[in-house]
Amino acid sequence: MKNPYLPYPVRIDNIEIATEDKSLKTFKFVFLNKEDEEKFAYRAGQFAELSVTGKGEIPIGIASSPVEKGFVTFTVNKAGLVTSHLHNMKAGDIMGIRGPLGNSYPWDRLEGKNILIVGGGFAFTTLRSSIVYMLDPANRSKFGNIDVVYGARSPGMLLYKEELVQWEERDDINMHITVDGTDDPDWKYNIGFVPPVTEEKAPRADENTYAIVCGPPIMIKFTLPVLEKLGYSHDHIIMSLENRMKCGIGMCGRCNIGKELVCKDGPVFTLDELNETPKEY
Amino acid sequence: MKVIKIDKKAWAGGLEKSRSGYKLFGPVKEKNKNFGIFKELGEKQMPDLKIETRLSPKSVIYPQSEVMFEYSTDETRDDCNLMKAPEKDCSPRAIIGISPYDAAAFLILKRNFDTPEYKDPYWCNSFEASTFIGIAVNEPDSTDFSTSTKTGPFDTSGLDILLVDTGDDYLAQVVTPKGEKYLKTAGWEVEAGGDAANKIEEMKKAAEAKISSHISFENIKNKSILELYEADFWEDISFACINCGTCTYVCPTCWCFDIQDENKGNKGKRHKNWDSCMFPIFTLHTTGHNPRETKLQRVRQRFMHKLKYFMDKYNDGIMCVGCGRCVRLCPVNIDIRTVCKTMNS
Amino acid sequence: MLEYIDKIKKLSEKLLTEGKVDMIIGFKKGTMPMIHEPCIVKSPSDVNNLVWDSLCTINLANYLTDRKEKIGIIAKGCDSRNIVNHIIENKIKREQLTIIGVPCKGMIDRKKISSMFDQEITEIIEKSDQIIVKGDAFEETLNKQDLLAENCSLCLHRNPVIYDELAGELVEEQKDIDTYKAVNKIEAMDSAEKRSYFEDLLSGCIRCYACKNACPLCYCPTCFVDESRPQWVGKSQNPTDIETFHFLRAYHCAGRCTDCGSCVQACPMGIDVRAFTKKLEKDCFNLYGWEAGLSVDQPPPLSTFRPDDPEDFIK
Repeated sequence: MKNPYLPYPVRIDNIEIATEDKSLKTFKFVFLNKEDEEKFAYRAGQFAELSVTGKGEIPIGIASSPVEKGFVTFTVNKAGLVTSHLHNMKAGDIMGIRGPLGNSYPWDRLEGKNILIVGGGFAFTTLRSSIVYMLDPANRSKFGNIDVVYGARSPGMLLYKEELVQWEERDDINMHITVDGTDDPDWKYNIGFVPPVTEEKAPRADENTYAIVCGPPIMIKFTLPVLEKLGYSHDHIIMSLENRMKCGIGMCGRCNIGKELVCKDGPVFTLDELNETPKEY
Repeated sequence: MKVIKIDKKAWAGGLEKSRSGYKLFGPVKEKNKNFGIFKELGEKQMPDLKIETRLSPKSVIYPQSEVMFEYSTDETRDDCNLMKAPEKDCSPRAIIGISPYDAAAFLILKRNFDTPEYKDPYWCNSFEASTFIGIAVNEPDSTDFSTSTKTGPFDTSGLDILLVDTGDDYLAQVVTPKGEKYLKTAGWEVEAGGDAANKIEEMKKAAEAKISSHISFENIKNKSILELYEADFWEDISFACINCGTCTYVCPTCWCFDIQDENKGNKGKRHKNWDSCMFPIFTLHTTGHNPRETKLQRVRQRFMHKLKYFMDKYNDGIMCVGCGRCVRLCPVNIDIRTVCKTMNS
Repeated sequence: MLEYIDKIKKLSEKLLTEGKVDMIIGFKKGTMPMIHEPCIVKSPSDVNNLVWDSLCTINLANYLTDRKEKIGIIAKGCDSRNIVNHIIENKIKREQLTIIGVPCKGMIDRKKISSMFDQEITEIIEKSDQIIVKGDAFEETLNKQDLLAENCSLCLHRNPVIYDELAGELVEEQKDIDTYKAVNKIEAMDSAEKRSYFEDLLSGCIRCYACKNACPLCYCPTCFVDESRPQWVGKSQNPTDIETFHFLRAYHCAGRCTDCGSCVQACPMGIDVRAFTKKLEKDCFNLYGWEAGLSVDQPPPLSTFRPDDPEDFIK
């Protein structure tokens, strides 16, 4: 019987500091066993449990995209016991990952549609995975217009800066990068919080457009009314939740919101589905 | 219905004989206490079939603390940071003296640990290796409300054998081939006379008639989750609760657990330990955010899970078998029957 | 003492009607024969739900911690001493409370009674100094004095030490009680005997924390057993971790424990948790002449220093 608690051993291939205050680092992992990489076939929006021996496990959204082969990347915020230890590890160290876990963004439903992505802060990880997936030549034709609103506190806190600039220059995706504030005179993009920038720049809804929203609670609180104003119905707004997790496979019972388990029935839910559940997240 | 007759004089001998094929587990009286706990039966030790079992038998299949993996963090070793599952003994075992509703509770636990997408090998292997020999409850007490929860004092749904104590002997109703195999190993093969099935049926009816406690959850089924969640009776229900883990730990259907790494020097073990939704840090995020930080939210979660979420998710009744342990043992007398009544009104 | 409940109900109704309190904390009748459920009463018409008898064991001061309302609380001797502790430790303000003091002649121990009978007990009837215990097929009358919880039989503060109203006449305090008899017995054991005694005592512990949560003194926002950075105590069933939890908790109660017995009553596994706390109570008494919770003006010995405090343990 396959043991779903046994992590696939991985080696840290590369660690990059992702934000100017060093609170986030992007880790690139390579599987020790080639066949594990095939077993780990994932879709954008899923997460994995990163296992640090002797410390514990943490559920982190997968930042790399299924079209990127040979490695997986995660962007991890230093917040507690396991993440602090992880931040102090070095390239060449061994740890484990379990997954892929959770449902993903509903790619079957999204095929042929226009996508609006709204992200804030370091919740952008699975959104990066989604954008790289959609922009891949094999997939781009499957989707309509792609609009992205992504904001952070300051330019130094934006994730994946080089890629953001590259995407901005493409003509098959509309990027609306914003920061809360900056005194950098060379800043070319928007200045303002994500909700007002969304209101100003995001496309109006129609039955062929879906919004994927991922960010801190305060951003979500003010973005949802904006999306409603733009005409997005609740079953066209897709959200990815976080909750305290341990097993990640729907057995330890702690991540539930109502009868849904965030690790197994989620973390992706439509706003419609969330309206029917208790707000315990 | 196949029924084997076991003369009580042949009981001890048969149990000893069955040791050739099975490890035996059963209720054992705790030293200096007036209740029993399910433990592995030592040499010549007999299961106590009459004693009150404080902790449910779930601990035989699903121990309170279990080692999932062992590892070394010594960087000079080749296997540094690689997790290894320890060898676990899954030789056949017989759990004797389990009440019918405690056995039915395993079917509820199975829904959690044995799913189409994932199977928990620690639980599943232990469960597959077990033969459940139940003892029918002839005299249910006032906290037994098992007939309201789709099981009952003579229910066979979770059992391989149902033993019925008629006074002079045990009538062993064979429920599954696994049960039949056990009886054969124990050397109990004399079939009971033709009226045995009727006798069991009679005693079943008598026991069920003695049950004085009933609950109903028809209305809970029809109400929406949010309607129950936002009701105003939770403050009253939750006031007395002291947020200990007693109810969850003694409950045969509760399954929540925690995963913890414990190290000594540069060796360590990853444990799976029972955990309780009643504890304040159960849902605490690293950021300090806690979706269930108040007592009311946690108490509401427990009863909503048991009486509503589970029912909605699996459409197969509530997550309770009516054993009455939480009712008897709650230090402040929070009674699931009263809560069910309030939610159902 | 059975007359107390009428006075309690009258006082509660008055306090609620006059708006002197937002709620009354007391007990309502339990669904099992030998236990009652702590409850709040907010409306004068609901005071009839309140009960008071020899089964009101759990310490109600446990429900006061950090509350902001004006509260009327029903308190027996030990409960009132815990209220004093709470006031000294800033867990509740004196002005918030209207204390209905209840003189107490002891609470009966439901676990002791259960173990005296083979069959299920279906009813308890209390008649002044006697308790009638009934089952389906039996009825026995016993002396209440023989059924008291151990801490109640040793109690030296049966009358509430702080109160705004009294539900009955003050009772005579017990005299010539050998309070530390059980502690002395353990102290007289040699090392090996003690180790074996403690191992047996704690062998059934399932880390449910009923003892800690029933205790009014245990109110730390994060208990030491739940800390993770660093982690002091493991979460598995390692006997050393179990012992650490119990010993450390007893030390945290030193100089504050009033021996209310809630910990023992709450424990589902019948562990005599008081074996540890009583020893620390004895030490505080012998070293500092201290008894917990008697006056709001005296801080406990472990948070003050007097020049004449014993120093012979400093080597």
